[in-house]
Amino acid sequence: MDFGLSEDQELLVETVRNFLAEKVPITRVRELRDAANTGDRAIWQALGELGVSGILIPEQDGGSGLNLLDAALVSQAIGHAATPTPFLTSSIMVPIAFRPLATSQTDTWLRRIASGEICFGLAITEIFSVREEAGITFDGSTLSGKAMMAIDASQADFILLAIGQDRLAVIRRDVSGLEVNRLVTIDATRDTSELLLENVEPEAIFENAGEAISALLDAGRIGLAADTLGACEAMIEQSVAYAGERKQFDRVIGSFQAVKHMCAELVAELEPARSLLWYAAHCFDTVPKESPLMACHTLAHISEIAREIASVSTQVHGGIGWTDEQNLHFWFKRIGNARHLLGGPESLRNRAAEIQGLAIAS
Amino acid sequence: MDLEYGERYEAFRREVRTFLDEHKQDAPPAGLSGGARKQLIRWLGLQIEHGVWARTIPQEYGGYGAEPDLLETVIMDEEFNRAGLQRGMNAQGPSMLVPTLLEHGTEEQKQRWVGPTMRGEVIWCQGYSEPGSGSDLASLQTSAHEDGDDFVINGQKIWTSTADKADMIFVLVRTEPDAKKHVGISYVLLPMNTPGIEIQPLRTMSGDLGDNSFNQVFFTDVRTPQTNIVGKRGEGWKIANTTLKHERNTLNSNAEGTLLRLIKLMKQETVNGVPAIASPVYRDRLMRLQGRVLAMKYHGMRILTSSLKRESAGVAGLIVKLQNCQLHFDISALAIDVMGELGVLYDHTKYERDEAYWQTHSIFSLGLIIGGGTAQIQKNIIAERGLGLPREPKPATR
Repeated sequence: MDFGLSEDQELLVETVRNFLAEKVPITRVRELRDAANTGDRAIWQALGELGVSGILIPEQDGGSGLNLLDAALVSQAIGHAATPTPFLTSSIMVPIAFRPLATSQTDTWLRRIASGEICFGLAITEIFSVREEAGITFDGSTLSGKAMMAIDASQADFILLAIGQDRLAVIRRDVSGLEVNRLVTIDATRDTSELLLENVEPEAIFENAGEAISALLDAGRIGLAADTLGACEAMIEQSVAYAGERKQFDRVIGSFQAVKHMCAELVAELEPARSLLWYAAHCFDTVPKESPLMACHTLAHISEIAREIASVSTQVHGGIGWTDEQNLHFWFKRIGNARHLLGGPESLRNRAAEIQGLAIAS
Repeated sequence: MDLEYGERYEAFRREVRTFLDEHKQDAPPAGLSGGARKQLIRWLGLQIEHGVWARTIPQEYGGYGAEPDLLETVIMDEEFNRAGLQRGMNAQGPSMLVPTLLEHGTEEQKQRWVGPTMRGEVIWCQGYSEPGSGSDLASLQTSAHEDGDDFVINGQKIWTSTADKADMIFVLVRTEPDAKKHVGISYVLLPMNTPGIEIQPLRTMSGDLGDNSFNQVFFTDVRTPQTNIVGKRGEGWKIANTTLKHERNTLNSNAEGTLLRLIKLMKQETVNGVPAIASPVYRDRLMRLQGRVLAMKYHGMRILTSSLKRESAGVAGLIVKLQNCQLHFDISALAIDVMGELGVLYDHTKYERDEAYWQTHSIFSLGLIIGGGTAQIQKNIIAERGLGLPREPKPATR
């Protein structure tokens, strides 16, 4: 019985955290924000050199062949640093989707992802939420239609997209007939766009991809929950540090119970969520039967506590927390953007009820 | 990550399960009065014989004498839980006094009290809180004046569970009135039939005066030999803190079973002919609670792992009492809402659901949020010991 991280996993977290602290400090995130750059290739390539972009990719394809818990820990470190990089899409969701669909073509893509040479965007929102009459259709040879809120697509090399509920396709970013329109969100650290397709020729079509879609959603939800948890950790660390040094009324504000209790509440929410995340990621690899339920519950739960943590952390800082200069808002907005990225809490909980046979129609 | 217990422990689990299958019918009804008490003593004796109670207490003190092993304890808890039985005896003697005596008692005290306490022959109550000393327990004022070889005790204790049925009390008294508050306290054992002790039941908001009763205990010139002290004079606070640590460990019940009971209720309970589970509003609240229950379940495994490695779980361990007690309250709140206008029915009234389990559980959980260190005291502990934030400065003395 050993419920916790291994020494290797602790080391992995430390390595990625130190790497990001050095290469992509929050000052660099700010520069990228000011340049409206959500897809800095240097960061992605550096992650490839560090060897984490292929963390889930089999060793024979140039990756490390590790498990989702390892990948979730990297995702958490990336959330902790609020790094703009397509790790969630290219290193978690795409490799997981390709597992049951493997062809020599997908193996080649995986090899190039592992080296940091290429990255993927993802357009799958319509699987769980259709708005603005979006949807992609396939006429047997080309793709047409609209995909909303695509992630990491604008500066990617390839895009994995969903056609309905059980087909996936890969298209090139520079293919003719594809228009990618950047959508500005509150969050400057994650790339968002709409895709407009008109008779686009796909690189690959995967029929009967239900299993792949289900796995990519589970893994993506766990990876995104990890990213959000990392962002929460960063906000709490900053809050506790600030409460321990800021003085008002001749006292450190962290000695006031009103402030101290806010900090206690933040960490009281964070720690059980961390345990939940570890289990959910672990069970993706070891108890796949439980995975859809655990993925839904984990992301829903972490999205809920994260909204509170983001708000209260900002309040601990008082007025300065509300300024652009204090940087807290990068995490606040990353958390806000993540909340509905792969299904919002209400929709995830409804899915959790369905999975357990509790969603009886009224 | 390795969530298996291993073959040796699974074999132990089978042993416990076999014991329970064979002897389940020997378990006594709840309560400590009359026949139930006699049956309890037989049941505990049987358990000690089979090594499922007093398991790690040395044989010389009346225990089974096994080496301490946390996973075995967890397995016994799980199996008794599964069988729907209380493990051993839920009272403050076995859970709080015995570990304290084993750590701080004299040889004579251990010989005299550990065995009979574990066998249910001696029932104890705990005299800590006072009307003026709740969260600030160390400010307690019940005094013990030296008079020859005796102490003479005067004062008042409150929240004394089972005082009306107890044979003995372990009580914190101030023996050194001139010392600072934390070092003037001693830990004393005395019989409840000592002249000068008066017990008054304290009716709580649950209205329950049964076996979960609370009491106030009044001491008027209560005389007891000084040899009844545990540890040294003035060390009572330190000793009580080891006991409180044992209490915190007993307040962390798993909410999973309670949530299953709620799901069952939501399938059965109908409003306008539709089961509550079919209401998207109630169902969403249920799923939100389930997320929290799962988080606390796996968090419990993480804390257990730290204990197995004899490491401190740090701040992750400090938040458990705060979160679990609130979670139990919130689960019963949804159950009460699901029953709607009938959710208030109580005390065996017509149409009452589940023998008013949910109102009882709600009130009981609220008590746990306050008892054993209020939620606010927990937050102080988390922030100060867990996060290193400074203590609130004391007001300037004039």
